[in-house]
Amino acid sequence: MLLRSNTGTKRGSTVAKQAEYKITESAAELEEHLRDMLFIRLFEEKCNRVYREGKAGGYMHVYIGMEALAVGWMKAIRKGEDYVITAYRDHAHALLLGTPPEAVLGEVMGRKCGTAGGKGGSMHIYDPKNGFYGGWGIVGGHIPLGAGLAFAARYRGEDKVCINFMGDGAANQGVVFETLNMASLYDLPCVFVIENNEFAMGTRLEYHAADKELWKRGLPFDIRSERLDGMDVIQMKRQATEIVEWCRKEQRPAWIEIMTYRYSGHGAADNDRQLYRTKEEEELAWTRDPIARLKKQMISLGYMTDEKYEAIEEELNNEVERIYEICDASPFPDPDEVYDNIYSDMTPEKGH
Amino acid sequence: MALEMTYREALAKSIEEEMQKNSEVFIMGEDIGRYQGTFKVTRGFVEKFGSRSANYNYRILDTPITECGFTGIGIGAAMAGLRPIVEFMTMSFSILALDQIINHAAKVHYMTNGEVKCPIVFRGPGGAAKQLSAQHSHSMDGWYAHVPGLKVVCPATVADAYGMMKSAIADDNPVIFYENPGLYTVKGEIPDDINYSVPIGKGQILREGKDISLIGYSRMTQVHLAAAEMLAKDGIDCEVVDVRSLLPLDTETIYNSVRKTHRAVVTYEDWRSGGFGGEIVSRIQEDCFDDLDAPVIRVGGLNVPMPYARNLELLCIPSEEDVIAAVHKIR
Repeated sequence: MLLRSNTGTKRGSTVAKQAEYKITESAAELEEHLRDMLFIRLFEEKCNRVYREGKAGGYMHVYIGMEALAVGWMKAIRKGEDYVITAYRDHAHALLLGTPPEAVLGEVMGRKCGTAGGKGGSMHIYDPKNGFYGGWGIVGGHIPLGAGLAFAARYRGEDKVCINFMGDGAANQGVVFETLNMASLYDLPCVFVIENNEFAMGTRLEYHAADKELWKRGLPFDIRSERLDGMDVIQMKRQATEIVEWCRKEQRPAWIEIMTYRYSGHGAADNDRQLYRTKEEEELAWTRDPIARLKKQMISLGYMTDEKYEAIEEELNNEVERIYEICDASPFPDPDEVYDNIYSDMTPEKGH
Repeated sequence: MALEMTYREALAKSIEEEMQKNSEVFIMGEDIGRYQGTFKVTRGFVEKFGSRSANYNYRILDTPITECGFTGIGIGAAMAGLRPIVEFMTMSFSILALDQIINHAAKVHYMTNGEVKCPIVFRGPGGAAKQLSAQHSHSMDGWYAHVPGLKVVCPATVADAYGMMKSAIADDNPVIFYENPGLYTVKGEIPDDINYSVPIGKGQILREGKDISLIGYSRMTQVHLAAAEMLAKDGIDCEVVDVRSLLPLDTETIYNSVRKTHRAVVTYEDWRSGGFGGEIVSRIQEDCFDDLDAPVIRVGGLNVPMPYARNLELLCIPSEEDVIAAVHKIR
């Protein structure tokens, strides 16, 4: 499904009309979607609080508003087999791939229990055992790495694909175009997913992209290219599943632009969203909230009630608090760990 | 038994043997396949590891001229456990890939707290060839030797080109393998042993002497050997220290020589100001101050972009005469 309507300048309503369709998914599956999205949102809200309390530092970017996108795609892949790589807005992907939440929050808080023992921080979550290869801080820099993971799968004749996430800002980096060229040239099983939340940090889509229809950028490289709505988890999962299996079967790349929106600032340090968007625009965007949408769909099918939703929310909130307590009790890394794992087989020269 | 060959042939033999031994080793770069390599290190590889008629060959992968992108693909493949060798047509072009090498390859092991390894070799000719002028003559060795997470080797001899390439391919960390284009035609011997290797991180004494230590690496070691011959005629007995590996740096071999001769000249082709030779000098004065009878002298490339005219180019690159002049300053 191609949505080609993004020619106006109104923000927050890029995909104004959401498609009507028949829901055939089971109540259990829908509840899992809902729980996953809600857990990410509550987890990220907790991260924001932790940051404000000074228990996390540096740069931290949360996924609030974009939950349906990661949930849809991470349920479309073979978890633990397929490769997943993304930039620094990376908590959700790790959580969905099975990384223990205390290891994610622990890393955000710079603690020993974190995925990298406190050496990476929020932007650098990794869990290769579950297929998650980070967690990268240079906008667009990880895109060739993802193609390299796909290259390795192809080289070895494995049946794996790589899902290579990036933001709309990254879609302008030169190395992304270089990678698209080679992904097509070498027939790499790599799905490039643009999480188009309409902002490259504080610069709006129309101010950073000469053509706002980023999906078209795959076409000159003879790559399957589409734009999809990322605010509807049911559709997202269906479409992602079709694309992932197409990529696996055809051994060809795909370039998929997903229209989404981040309700929070770019990072935890972005305290002035009104510099680049209005409150009215944000309010309009909230009408597309993927969690509220699924909840409404489930209620209309008789799969959910307000009471049940509140109970789930309370349960997940308690879970997030439990995770936080674990992390807060976890020590900071030992000073002598500073030299560990710079090399696999040696330590560098020590001292100042 | 020993085999005689050029530096270029030793590199090719080493890479080919490792590719034959391990199907996870592959090589990628610009014009390395059908075109046989710009400096012909991969001559014949496409016929051995692929096919001229295929659109692409994964084991001998011709890439577009997009250094940043293909370097990143190599790094990603290494993160998945393959053992890529990335050829840069010249090390000057690796500047386009600095973000991938420094921000990604060098840091991934640390950022994952040891979960992900990056066994990759970045190799190619670095430094001046002949009249390639300002943008093709960079010495990138010192730039890379600044970066924790990388290993940097600069072999000066045919046997070391052969043996250190084996070690670089076997290493689980990113290794910068720096080949000076002036060395490709140098002849020498290698042991007739496909399992021969030279460890990374060990310097060596190529000529023993008692009066002064000439410390260098890559082609400057060859310059030192020639200068030592000339100085011997004047009765000055030079010890030639071949550093071989900049990161890790074998300071003990350097210090032992300085403690014996009490004088040292450090030569490097890179720009004199801020080059890696300055790091070596700094370490010597920190750790061997009481052993020195004279200041340690740097001989480096002139601090100018490399000019085209042959007479100007030769002026920029440290020569035997420059080394001899430096020796006479402190002797």
